[in-house]
Amino acid sequence: MSQQSVLQAGTRAPEFSLPATPDRRVSLADFRGRPVVLAFYPADWSPVCGDQMTLYSALRPEFERFGAEVLGISVDGPWCHVAFADARNLKVTLLSDFEPKGEVARQYGVYNAQEGTTERALFVIDGDGVIRWSYVSPPALNPGADGILEALEQLTQPEAAAARSRS
Amino acid sequence: MSQRKAPEVTEQDHVQGSATAEVTLIEYGDFECPFCGAAYPILKRVRERLGDKLRFVFRNFPISESHRHAAHAAEAAESVADRGGPAAFWAMHDLLFEHQSALDDASLARYATRAGVDGELVLEDLREERYSERVNQSFLGGARSGVNGTPTLFIDGIRYDGPRDEEALVEALQAFHTRLPS
Repeated sequence: MSQQSVLQAGTRAPEFSLPATPDRRVSLADFRGRPVVLAFYPADWSPVCGDQMTLYSALRPEFERFGAEVLGISVDGPWCHVAFADARNLKVTLLSDFEPKGEVARQYGVYNAQEGTTERALFVIDGDGVIRWSYVSPPALNPGADGILEALEQLTQPEAAAARSRS
Repeated sequence: MSQRKAPEVTEQDHVQGSATAEVTLIEYGDFECPFCGAAYPILKRVRERLGDKLRFVFRNFPISESHRHAAHAAEAAESVADRGGPAAFWAMHDLLFEHQSALDDASLARYATRAGVDGELVLEDLREERYSERVNQSFLGGARSGVNGTPTLFIDGIRYDGPRDEEALVEALQAFHTRLPS
Protein backbone atom coordinates (compact mmCIF):
# COMPACT_ATOMS: atom_id res chain seq x y z
CA MET A 1 0.00 0.00 0.00
CA SER A 2 1.15 3.53 -0.69
CA GLN A 3 1.06 6.32 1.85
CA GLN A 4 -2.15 7.87 0.52
CA SER A 5 -5.10 7.48 2.82
CA VAL A 6 -8.19 5.66 1.69
CA LEU A 7 -11.35 7.75 2.01
CA GLN A 8 -13.39 6.52 4.94
CA ALA A 9 -17.07 6.40 5.90
CA GLY A 10 -18.50 9.84 6.55
CA THR A 11 -16.39 11.55 3.85
CA ARG A 12 -18.08 13.25 0.90
CA ALA A 13 -17.39 11.18 -2.21
CA PRO A 14 -15.29 13.13 -4.74
CA GLU A 15 -17.28 13.87 -7.89
CA PHE A 16 -16.08 12.46 -11.20
CA SER A 17 -17.07 12.05 -14.81
CA LEU A 18 -15.50 9.15 -16.69
CA PRO A 19 -16.03 7.38 -20.01
CA ALA A 20 -18.18 4.24 -19.81
CA THR A 21 -17.86 3.60 -23.55
CA PRO A 22 -15.99 5.46 -26.28
CA ASP A 23 -18.98 7.81 -26.67
CA ARG A 24 -20.71 7.89 -23.28
CA ARG A 25 -19.59 9.45 -20.01
CA VAL A 26 -20.97 8.68 -16.56
CA SER A 27 -20.86 11.02 -13.56
CA LEU A 28 -21.29 10.17 -9.93
CA ALA A 29 -23.92 12.94 -9.73
CA ASP A 30 -26.06 11.01 -12.28
CA PHE A 31 -27.04 8.66 -9.46
CA ARG A 32 -27.94 11.18 -6.77
CA GLY A 33 -30.79 9.81 -4.67
CA ARG A 34 -29.61 6.20 -5.06
CA PRO A 35 -26.77 4.23 -3.49
CA VAL A 36 -23.71 3.74 -5.67
CA VAL A 37 -21.12 1.00 -5.31
CA LEU A 38 -17.68 1.93 -6.65
CA ALA A 39 -15.55 -1.13 -7.27
CA PHE A 40 -11.99 -0.18 -8.18
CA TYR A 41 -10.12 -3.17 -9.62
CA PRO A 42 -6.58 -3.48 -10.96
CA ALA A 43 -7.22 -4.63 -14.51
CA ASP A 44 -9.59 -6.14 -17.04
CA TRP A 45 -8.97 -9.78 -18.06
CA SER A 46 -8.19 -11.31 -14.67
CA PRO A 47 -8.77 -15.10 -14.38
CA VAL A 48 -12.24 -16.22 -15.38
CA CYS A 49 -14.17 -17.91 -12.61
CA GLY A 50 -12.90 -15.87 -9.70
CA ASP A 51 -13.62 -12.66 -11.51
CA GLN A 52 -15.06 -9.90 -9.37
CA MET A 53 -17.00 -8.10 -12.12
CA THR A 54 -18.59 -11.39 -13.21
CA LEU A 55 -19.79 -11.96 -9.66
CA TYR A 56 -21.24 -8.45 -9.48
CA SER A 57 -22.98 -8.98 -12.81
CA ALA A 58 -24.54 -12.16 -11.50
CA LEU A 59 -25.67 -10.28 -8.39
CA ARG A 60 -27.20 -7.42 -10.32
CA PRO A 61 -30.81 -8.31 -9.36
CA GLU A 62 -29.78 -8.23 -5.71
CA PHE A 63 -28.11 -4.82 -6.09
CA GLU A 64 -31.24 -3.58 -7.87
CA ARG A 65 -33.30 -4.68 -4.90
CA PHE A 66 -31.40 -2.04 -2.93
CA GLY A 67 -31.83 0.48 -5.78
CA ALA A 68 -28.04 0.52 -6.09
CA GLU A 69 -25.88 1.09 -9.16
CA VAL A 70 -22.55 -0.75 -9.39
CA LEU A 71 -19.71 1.00 -11.20
CA GLY A 72 -16.50 -0.88 -11.88
CA ILE A 73 -13.44 1.38 -12.32
CA SER A 74 -10.00 0.54 -13.65
CA VAL A 75 -7.30 2.35 -15.61
CA ASP A 76 -8.08 0.34 -18.75
CA GLY A 77 -9.31 2.34 -21.73
CA PRO A 78 -12.95 2.34 -22.85
CA TRP A 79 -12.34 0.09 -25.90
CA CYS A 80 -10.66 -2.42 -23.61
CA HIS A 81 -13.68 -2.31 -21.27
CA VAL A 82 -16.05 -2.86 -24.21
CA ALA A 83 -14.13 -5.97 -25.30
CA PHE A 84 -13.86 -7.24 -21.74
CA ALA A 85 -17.56 -6.72 -20.96
CA ASP A 86 -18.52 -8.37 -24.23
CA ALA A 87 -16.27 -11.39 -23.71
CA ARG A 88 -17.43 -11.98 -20.14
CA ASN A 89 -21.07 -11.07 -20.70
CA LEU A 90 -20.83 -8.39 -17.99
CA LYS A 91 -23.85 -6.33 -17.04
CA VAL A 92 -22.18 -3.79 -14.76
CA THR A 93 -21.01 -0.39 -16.00
CA LEU A 94 -17.23 -0.22 -16.35
CA LEU A 95 -15.55 3.20 -16.20
CA SER A 96 -12.14 4.16 -17.53
CA ASP A 97 -9.91 6.09 -15.15
CA PHE A 98 -7.59 6.35 -18.12
CA GLU A 99 -6.78 10.01 -18.76
CA PRO A 100 -5.37 11.55 -16.65
CA LYS A 101 -4.44 8.05 -15.59
CA GLY A 102 -5.78 7.01 -12.20
CA GLU A 103 -6.92 10.52 -11.27
CA VAL A 104 -10.19 9.39 -9.71
CA ALA A 105 -8.48 6.52 -7.88
CA ARG A 106 -5.99 9.03 -6.44
CA GLN A 107 -8.84 11.19 -5.15
CA TYR A 108 -10.29 8.17 -3.36
CA GLY A 109 -6.86 7.21 -2.01
CA VAL A 110 -6.67 3.91 -3.88
CA TYR A 111 -4.08 4.40 -6.63
CA ASN A 112 -1.09 2.07 -6.63
CA ALA A 113 1.68 4.12 -8.27
CA GLN A 114 4.14 1.23 -8.27
CA GLU A 115 1.86 -1.00 -10.31
CA GLY A 116 0.26 1.81 -12.27
CA THR A 117 -3.19 0.45 -11.43
CA THR A 118 -5.88 1.11 -8.88
CA GLU A 119 -6.01 -0.93 -5.71
CA ARG A 120 -8.81 -3.46 -5.34
CA ALA A 121 -11.11 -1.23 -3.32
CA LEU A 122 -14.82 -0.89 -2.62
CA PHE A 123 -16.87 2.16 -1.66
CA VAL A 124 -20.57 2.31 -0.89
CA ILE A 125 -21.91 5.85 -1.37
CA ASP A 126 -25.34 6.94 -0.21
CA GLY A 127 -27.92 8.89 -2.19
CA ASP A 128 -26.56 12.18 -0.82
CA GLY A 129 -23.06 11.46 -2.13
CA VAL A 130 -21.49 10.52 1.21
CA ILE A 131 -19.24 7.48 1.57
CA ARG A 132 -20.85 5.06 4.01
CA TRP A 133 -18.44 2.14 3.80
CA SER A 134 -15.05 1.46 2.25
CA TYR A 135 -12.73 -1.52 2.06
CA VAL A 136 -9.38 -2.25 0.42
CA SER A 137 -8.69 -5.87 -0.45
CA PRO A 138 -5.33 -7.56 -1.08
CA PRO A 139 -4.85 -7.09 -4.87
CA ALA A 140 -4.91 -10.83 -5.62
CA LEU A 141 -8.01 -11.54 -3.55
CA ASN A 142 -11.46 -10.97 -4.96
CA PRO A 143 -13.27 -9.31 -2.03
CA GLY A 144 -16.62 -10.81 -3.02
CA ALA A 145 -19.88 -9.02 -2.35
CA ASP A 146 -20.65 -9.76 1.30
CA GLY A 147 -19.35 -6.42 2.62
CA ILE A 148 -21.16 -4.47 -0.09
CA LEU A 149 -24.47 -6.24 0.51
CA GLU A 150 -24.23 -5.69 4.25
CA ALA A 151 -23.44 -1.99 3.78
CA LEU A 152 -26.33 -1.57 1.34
CA GLU A 153 -28.69 -3.31 3.72
CA GLN A 154 -27.64 -1.07 6.60
CA LEU A 155 -28.12 1.94 4.34
CA THR A 156 -31.50 1.12 2.90
CA GLN A 157 -33.03 -1.39 5.32
CA PRO A 158 -31.49 -0.69 8.75
CA GLU A 159 -34.18 -2.70 10.55
CA ALA A 160 -33.50 -5.82 8.47
CA ALA A 161 -29.74 -5.39 9.00
CA ALA A 162 -30.23 -5.12 12.78
CA ALA A 163 -32.42 -8.22 12.80
CA ARG A 164 -29.81 -10.12 10.82
CA SER A 165 -26.99 -9.14 13.18
CA ARG A 166 -29.06 -10.27 16.18
CA SER A 167 -29.79 -13.68 14.70
CA MET B 1 -14.12 -9.82 3.46
CA SER B 2 -13.85 -13.30 4.87
CA GLN B 3 -14.84 -13.16 8.52
CA ARG B 4 -18.46 -14.08 7.83
CA LYS B 5 -19.62 -17.63 8.37
CA ALA B 6 -21.41 -19.76 5.83
CA PRO B 7 -25.09 -20.38 6.60
CA GLU B 8 -25.65 -23.32 8.95
CA VAL B 9 -26.17 -26.76 7.44
CA THR B 10 -29.91 -27.50 7.26
CA GLU B 11 -32.21 -30.24 6.02
CA GLN B 12 -32.32 -28.45 2.66
CA ASP B 13 -28.62 -29.17 2.18
CA HIS B 14 -27.00 -31.96 0.22
CA VAL B 15 -24.88 -33.73 2.80
CA GLN B 16 -22.51 -36.68 2.76
CA GLY B 17 -21.50 -37.89 6.18
CA SER B 18 -22.87 -37.56 9.66
CA ALA B 19 -23.83 -34.44 11.60
CA THR B 20 -21.56 -35.77 14.36
CA ALA B 21 -18.49 -35.82 12.07
CA GLU B 22 -15.49 -33.97 13.45
CA VAL B 23 -15.28 -31.41 10.68
CA THR B 24 -17.62 -30.02 8.00
CA LEU B 25 -16.48 -28.98 4.53
CA ILE B 26 -18.90 -26.91 2.46
CA GLU B 27 -18.30 -26.39 -1.25
CA TYR B 28 -20.04 -23.64 -3.18
CA GLY B 29 -19.73 -24.85 -6.74
CA ASP B 30 -20.84 -24.43 -10.33
CA PHE B 31 -21.23 -27.63 -12.36
CA GLU B 32 -19.90 -25.93 -15.50
CA CYS B 33 -16.92 -24.19 -13.85
CA PRO B 34 -13.61 -25.79 -14.93
CA PHE B 35 -12.00 -25.01 -11.56
CA CYS B 36 -14.82 -26.90 -9.81
CA GLY B 37 -14.34 -29.72 -12.29
CA ALA B 38 -10.64 -29.83 -11.39
CA ALA B 39 -11.47 -29.80 -7.67
CA TYR B 40 -14.03 -32.60 -7.99
CA PRO B 41 -11.65 -35.63 -8.04
CA ILE B 42 -9.48 -34.01 -5.36
CA LEU B 43 -12.44 -33.47 -3.03
CA LYS B 44 -13.54 -37.02 -3.69
CA ARG B 45 -10.17 -38.38 -2.57
CA VAL B 46 -10.17 -36.09 0.46
CA ARG B 47 -13.58 -37.49 1.42
CA GLU B 48 -12.33 -41.05 1.04
CA ARG B 49 -9.27 -40.36 3.14
CA LEU B 50 -11.08 -38.68 6.01
CA GLY B 51 -14.01 -41.11 5.96
CA ASP B 52 -16.54 -40.60 8.72
CA LYS B 53 -14.48 -37.82 10.28
CA LEU B 54 -15.74 -35.55 7.52
CA ARG B 55 -19.15 -34.19 6.64
CA PHE B 56 -19.27 -32.79 3.09
CA VAL B 57 -21.91 -30.35 1.86
CA PHE B 58 -22.41 -29.17 -1.73
CA ARG B 59 -24.23 -25.90 -2.41
CA ASN B 60 -25.07 -24.46 -5.80
CA PHE B 61 -23.39 -21.25 -6.90
CA PRO B 62 -23.95 -21.12 -10.67
CA ILE B 63 -22.35 -18.13 -12.40
CA SER B 64 -24.61 -17.94 -15.43
CA GLU B 65 -22.76 -14.96 -16.90
CA SER B 66 -19.77 -17.22 -17.47
CA HIS B 67 -21.47 -20.58 -17.94
CA ARG B 68 -24.67 -20.74 -19.89
CA HIS B 69 -25.64 -24.23 -18.74
CA ALA B 70 -24.77 -23.70 -15.09
CA ALA B 71 -28.17 -22.59 -13.84
CA HIS B 72 -30.04 -25.48 -15.47
CA ALA B 73 -27.42 -27.96 -14.27
CA ALA B 74 -27.92 -26.69 -10.71
CA GLU B 75 -31.71 -26.81 -11.02
CA ALA B 76 -31.58 -30.31 -12.49
CA ALA B 77 -29.46 -31.46 -9.54
CA GLU B 78 -32.05 -30.01 -7.13
CA SER B 79 -34.86 -31.68 -9.04
CA VAL B 80 -33.07 -35.04 -8.90
CA ALA B 81 -32.51 -34.58 -5.16
CA ASP B 82 -36.21 -33.96 -4.53
CA ARG B 83 -37.39 -36.74 -6.78
CA GLY B 84 -34.73 -39.35 -6.04
CA GLY B 85 -33.31 -38.54 -2.63
CA PRO B 86 -29.71 -37.99 -1.48
CA ALA B 87 -28.18 -40.98 -3.29
CA ALA B 88 -29.64 -39.78 -6.59
CA PHE B 89 -28.39 -36.25 -5.94
CA TRP B 90 -24.81 -37.42 -5.37
CA ALA B 91 -24.93 -39.64 -8.44
CA MET B 92 -26.12 -36.60 -10.43
CA HIS B 93 -23.45 -34.39 -8.84
CA ASP B 94 -20.75 -36.85 -9.96
CA LEU B 95 -22.21 -37.26 -13.46
CA LEU B 96 -22.35 -33.49 -13.98
CA PHE B 97 -18.74 -32.96 -12.93
CA GLU B 98 -17.64 -35.91 -15.05
CA HIS B 99 -19.40 -34.52 -18.15
CA GLN B 100 -18.79 -30.79 -17.94
CA SER B 101 -18.50 -30.43 -21.69
CA ALA B 102 -22.04 -31.74 -22.29
CA LEU B 103 -24.52 -29.97 -20.03
CA ASP B 104 -27.31 -29.08 -22.44
CA ASP B 105 -30.85 -29.91 -21.30
CA ALA B 106 -31.02 -33.21 -23.20
CA SER B 107 -27.80 -34.34 -21.55
CA LEU B 108 -29.07 -33.23 -18.13
CA ALA B 109 -32.16 -35.40 -18.64
CA ARG B 110 -29.94 -38.34 -19.60
CA TYR B 111 -27.80 -37.97 -16.45
CA ALA B 112 -30.95 -37.68 -14.33
CA THR B 113 -32.18 -40.96 -15.77
CA ARG B 114 -28.84 -42.59 -14.99
CA ALA B 115 -29.12 -41.21 -11.45
CA GLY B 116 -32.45 -43.02 -11.15
CA VAL B 117 -34.97 -40.25 -11.83
CA ASP B 118 -37.25 -39.83 -14.86
CA GLY B 119 -35.39 -37.37 -17.09
CA GLU B 120 -38.64 -36.11 -18.62
CA LEU B 121 -39.85 -34.96 -15.21
CA VAL B 122 -36.57 -33.14 -14.64
CA LEU B 123 -36.96 -31.37 -17.99
CA GLU B 124 -40.46 -30.35 -16.96
CA ASP B 125 -39.06 -28.94 -13.69
CA LEU B 126 -36.55 -26.93 -15.72
CA ARG B 127 -39.24 -25.59 -18.06
CA GLU B 128 -41.47 -24.63 -15.14
CA GLU B 129 -38.46 -23.14 -13.27
CA ARG B 130 -39.52 -25.06 -10.17
CA TYR B 131 -36.04 -24.97 -8.63
CA SER B 132 -34.75 -21.60 -9.83
CA GLU B 133 -35.69 -19.86 -6.57
CA ARG B 134 -33.97 -22.51 -4.43
CA VAL B 135 -30.81 -22.21 -6.53
CA ASN B 136 -31.02 -18.43 -6.34
CA GLN B 137 -31.31 -18.54 -2.55
CA SER B 138 -28.25 -20.79 -2.39
CA PHE B 139 -26.39 -18.31 -4.59
CA LEU B 140 -27.39 -15.31 -2.47
CA GLY B 141 -26.62 -17.12 0.80
CA GLY B 142 -23.16 -17.81 -0.58
CA ALA B 143 -22.62 -14.26 -1.79
CA ARG B 144 -23.63 -12.88 1.60
CA SER B 145 -21.12 -15.15 3.33
CA GLY B 146 -18.19 -14.16 1.15
CA VAL B 147 -18.29 -16.63 -1.73
CA ASN B 148 -16.28 -14.73 -4.35
CA GLY B 149 -16.03 -17.29 -7.14
CA THR B 150 -16.12 -21.02 -7.61
CA PRO B 151 -15.23 -23.22 -6.00
CA THR B 152 -15.29 -21.54 -2.59
CA LEU B 153 -14.74 -23.83 0.39
CA PHE B 154 -15.73 -23.32 4.01
CA ILE B 155 -14.26 -25.44 6.82
CA ASP B 156 -16.56 -25.48 9.84
CA GLY B 157 -18.23 -22.40 8.42
CA ILE B 158 -15.04 -20.36 7.92
CA ARG B 159 -13.94 -19.53 4.38
CA TYR B 160 -10.83 -21.45 3.37
CA ASP B 161 -8.57 -19.52 0.98
CA GLY B 162 -5.57 -21.87 1.11
CA PRO B 163 -4.25 -24.25 -1.53
CA ARG B 164 -6.69 -26.82 -2.90
CA ASP B 165 -4.44 -29.80 -3.51
CA GLU B 166 -5.26 -33.04 -1.74
CA GLU B 167 -2.53 -32.89 0.91
CA ALA B 168 -3.17 -29.27 1.81
CA LEU B 169 -6.90 -29.89 2.16
CA VAL B 170 -6.49 -33.00 4.29
CA GLU B 171 -4.06 -31.10 6.49
CA ALA B 172 -6.36 -28.09 6.80
CA LEU B 173 -9.36 -30.27 7.65
CA GLN B 174 -7.40 -32.26 10.23
CA ALA B 175 -5.96 -29.09 11.75
CA PHE B 176 -9.50 -27.90 12.21
CA HIS B 177 -10.79 -30.94 14.00
CA THR B 178 -7.80 -31.32 16.30
CA ARG B 179 -8.49 -27.79 17.48
CA LEU B 180 -11.92 -28.81 18.71
CA PRO B 181 -12.28 -29.38 22.45
CA SER B 182 -12.10 -33.12 23.09
